[in-house]
Amino acid sequence: MSAEAGYNFGYLDENTKRMIRRALLKAVAVPGHQVPFGSREMPLPYGWGTGGIQVTASVIGPDDTLKVIDQGADDTTNAVSIRRFFARVAGVATTERTGEATVIQTRHRIPETPLREGQILVYQVPMPEPLFRLEPRVAETKRMHALADYGLMHVKLYEDIARHGHVAISYNYPVMVADRYLMSPSPIPAFDNPKLHRMPALQLFGAGREKRIYAVPPYTDVRSLDFEDHPFRPVRADAPCALCGSRESYLDEVVTDDRGGRMFVCSDTDYCNTRQAAATQEAAE
Amino acid sequence: MPTTDTPLGLTPGFADPVLGAQGCFRALLDAMAGPGRPQRIAGLALPPPPLSAASAAALLTLADADTPVWTDAGAVAEAWLRFHAGCPLVADPAEAVFLLVTGTPPRLATLAQGSEEEPHRSATLLVQVAGLQEGFGWHLTGPGIEHAHRLRVEGLQADFTTQWAANRAGFPRGVDVVLCAGEWLAALPRTTRIEEG
Repeated sequence: MSAEAGYNFGYLDENTKRMIRRALLKAVAVPGHQVPFGSREMPLPYGWGTGGIQVTASVIGPDDTLKVIDQGADDTTNAVSIRRFFARVAGVATTERTGEATVIQTRHRIPETPLREGQILVYQVPMPEPLFRLEPRVAETKRMHALADYGLMHVKLYEDIARHGHVAISYNYPVMVADRYLMSPSPIPAFDNPKLHRMPALQLFGAGREKRIYAVPPYTDVRSLDFEDHPFRPVRADAPCALCGSRESYLDEVVTDDRGGRMFVCSDTDYCNTRQAAATQEAAE
Repeated sequence: MPTTDTPLGLTPGFADPVLGAQGCFRALLDAMAGPGRPQRIAGLALPPPPLSAASAAALLTLADADTPVWTDAGAVAEAWLRFHAGCPLVADPAEAVFLLVTGTPPRLATLAQGSEEEPHRSATLLVQVAGLQEGFGWHLTGPGIEHAHRLRVEGLQADFTTQWAANRAGFPRGVDVVLCAGEWLAALPRTTRIEEG
């Protein structure tokens, strides 16, 4: 596949890529710290993954294979359009298989298939600041990060436990990176949080509207905030996948009619399809 | 001496500026994400003396008009950087975003460290060394390293590890280092712990 004429490789101009690349290297050097960058206007609106796209565009090369997922699915509008965008402006190969991809751009999920060393996972982040609901002033949150003063977040978790008996955060569950920085893992389900911990792949986070980049290098400690007597518990719907029967994967609840009918299916389409294909093959043999 | 085939006496930059920079950046990103693991840089055939292919390519990839550079590499290299990267060259190491050192590096403590609130506003120090060898020497641990990486660096000043320990103690402030030898480079982000092996 070749890139469309009239665009620079990867859409962004070289000055912009250089600026983003410098931000990425500093982000990797200070894991979990939000590095500001000059986010550009992209040919799609904020909220559609402009931060992730700019990171991907600065990282990707002609030998890469790109996978894009939206809530775990390869076949949703956002995923399909971003994949097509990079096929057009960078001429890169694309795939839906987690194992074949070298760069994976994701919105709100981590693939079920464990990632390996050398792969890069790029997250689309709507709000990089984990403290923004508790402290709206950016100058103040910057100071709190500088002092590693995260008491406010612990109070929030404590109040959740006092009020509901458990921490009532099911996605975007705050994490501590390398025992230093409080970080938003982007709105992935809390179920995915344990996968962040010591992941062999490099994790890059891009927030286009908020103009921040941050990163977690491979094999870095990432702990979900909790208390000794209320340890972090990832939540999963108590059902097998209706299509592949998995009891380990994260499930979406799908309403099937207007009489209360519903089914649970894997949110990761590649994982589910691979398992279904394997089951069909096994049955045929 | 490399051939000087341009009227200015300059050697060329990347054969392909876009993909050359992309390939070099990925090597730098891999190096930063895997401290102490040497990465090979391709795409720059004729670095200006006395620069190595890796250090010249790294600056060409990262430096531009927004990033003041300090170097001790002399007039030929300075002219090459001015022309190809368009970066301002500064006399005071403390003002530089990137430093390219061919001799003895300035003390890490004298370079831009960033602030507690903005630790990313710190210098990146590129040091040309005689050799990089994986599997021997230093024991490196920290983010990006599963158990331990080992790296032997030839031609670095003796008290570097002492300076590095002080640099690490100031986290999140601190300087990041890229060691360059020939076509190879290895990175030491400020999070990496060095123990003499």
